Amino acid sequence: MSNNLKTLTNGILRENPTFALVLGMCPTLATTTSAMNGMSMGLATLFVLVCSNVVISLLKNLIPDKVRIPAFIVVIATFVTLVQLLLQAYVPVVYDKLGLFIPLIVVNCIVLGRAEAFAAKNSVGLSALDGLGMGLGFTLSLTVIGMIRELLGTGAVFGLHIYNDHYASLIFVLAPGAFIALAYLMAIMNKIVKK
Amino acid sequence: MEYFLIFIAAIFVNNIVLSQFLGICPFLGVSKKIDTALGMSAAVTFVLVLATVVTYLLQKLLILWHVEFLQTILFILVIAALVQMIEIVLKKISPSLYQALGVFLPLITTNCCILGVAIIVADPAQLLQKLPGDALQANLLTGTLFAFATAIGFALALVLFAGIREQLSMSRVPKAMEGTPIALLTAGLLAMAFMGFSGVVG
Amino acid sequence: MVLSLVSISVVAAVALAGVFLLTSSRIESEKQKKQQQAIMDVLPQKGAGAEIAAPEQVGEVTIYRATKDGKEIGAAVEVSEMGFGGLQKIMVGFDPEGKIIDYAILDQQETPGLGDHIVDWFKNADKPGQNIIGRKAGEFKVSKDGGDVDAITAATISSKAFLRAINKAYKAYMGDADAHSGASKQQHAEPAEAEEHHCQGHHGEGHQCSGHCQHGEGHKCQGHCSHHAQENQSGKEADHE
Repeated sequence: MSNNLKTLTNGILRENPTFALVLGMCPTLATTTSAMNGMSMGLATLFVLVCSNVVISLLKNLIPDKVRIPAFIVVIATFVTLVQLLLQAYVPVVYDKLGLFIPLIVVNCIVLGRAEAFAAKNSVGLSALDGLGMGLGFTLSLTVIGMIRELLGTGAVFGLHIYNDHYASLIFVLAPGAFIALAYLMAIMNKIVKK
Repeated sequence: MEYFLIFIAAIFVNNIVLSQFLGICPFLGVSKKIDTALGMSAAVTFVLVLATVVTYLLQKLLILWHVEFLQTILFILVIAALVQMIEIVLKKISPSLYQALGVFLPLITTNCCILGVAIIVADPAQLLQKLPGDALQANLLTGTLFAFATAIGFALALVLFAGIREQLSMSRVPKAMEGTPIALLTAGLLAMAFMGFSGVVG
Repeated sequence: MVLSLVSISVVAAVALAGVFLLTSSRIESEKQKKQQQAIMDVLPQKGAGAEIAAPEQVGEVTIYRATKDGKEIGAAVEVSEMGFGGLQKIMVGFDPEGKIIDYAILDQQETPGLGDHIVDWFKNADKPGQNIIGRKAGEFKVSKDGGDVDAITAATISSKAFLRAINKAYKAYMGDADAHSGASKQQHAEPAEAEEHHCQGHHGEGHQCSGHCQHGEGHKCQGHCSHHAQENQSGKEADHE
């Protein structure tokens, strides 16, 4: 039981994909213009992570070692396309916002990384938990970054106005702000963790 | 002239790394030295242009057979296969080039700017938005030029960034900011500088 | 080895094909619903009881005419224009006199927090300087260009593109409305006429245009005018200030 719990929380804190592993930087920077966008992207990635981890863990003994990576990529791409179709059908608003970055989940290093490092070696249950933990960690980081950028850039969080946007500095919603906000957040995380 | 503007737009105004956020991983990962940055840039340029042409043609087949939903799977497999092939071919015909680029090639499959550009170019509506002015059509020529220009933009950002980081490695940085945070901060300032180009080409 | 890879791919493709078949009709209907909703939203009383005619294509503008109890109550006009970050797709509703009832953004790629304010900036009833609801389009210009509509702070390019789109929609609609009522002009000449009006109204542009107008004959001249007015809108920004 404690092992399961450890696997689950591992991705959220100790091996947080964004702050500790520094993986999947493209969607992290590009889709966190608002808390909502960041969270949507995180959840889409979470879905792909859990599904691909489970399937790869199931297939791990059937796939020859030599074609391991292409096989993993096919599995991941399948689930990414699935997300693409489902989002288009049920929440087109989210699909329009995230656009290109949905298909690009395929090349998100976290997904392939977890498949290779965890799912290919562990049981189905543990792999699912690992995917869930990693996905939650990723979602959490993206939501937090999105919240901070939205708050500093537009004076709102999740579209809810906190202070007058005349005092907001728009740069945080724009490209440079993404880099700068993430830089400081990561520095703060370093400070806290290393103590 | 319009063809020239494609380059200005893709390199400066909509720089793939600094304003589109594609290819961040190699941007942060392989930018500690100018030499490696140049090697990576060359490899990316090579693969990006080749992959764009191949996927552009494959997209026509997907549309013909009404299986557009297979785009993601097909494109990523083609890119992975292409990278493997380039590796094998380079090893055979030009060992010196292979020596220079070889280490970067496996990394390129998961470089999202390759897949990203391939998807943009394969969709005429998206490509058209990336082309400056109204005179240009979305076709194989403009798509290939766009891919090439994007690759140059990637190279420029990477080499500039590597230059800054070479200097940076000699300066004292607060402990918590060491490593990725300071790199990100530098990238933010670089992105700010590139924002100055916005609106140059409409 | 190859066999296992191929079989995985085949299974994946078949599974996706299944999901695609299941979702494709919904994706299509979702798109149509969005457009239908936008049409209704921009008509009087949210299109209550209105009957929408089949779309009419005027150039690149699509017009959805609405009637209620056999009487024309206006139209929803779909128009697109290149903004700052990409294409702005806008649905705008006019009453029969050409006054704007409401508008809805169908698609846009403007900068979040800046240009994407077009979604509600121009229909803020509390700020008359930027509100275009209830006004007649055709000559909208941002105040920077000597017009009387306040642009979105720090997003002039997005604002200009938006106003250009609204003007374009107005001309397509009014030009078309005249053609319907039997006015003598050809369809494509109509929008130009509206622009000519606008040419004479503004000094800076009036000069250039009238010069051009003296050359050609009727139709062509108007074409020139509209062309120049457009160029000036985007190119002459610096001169005005």
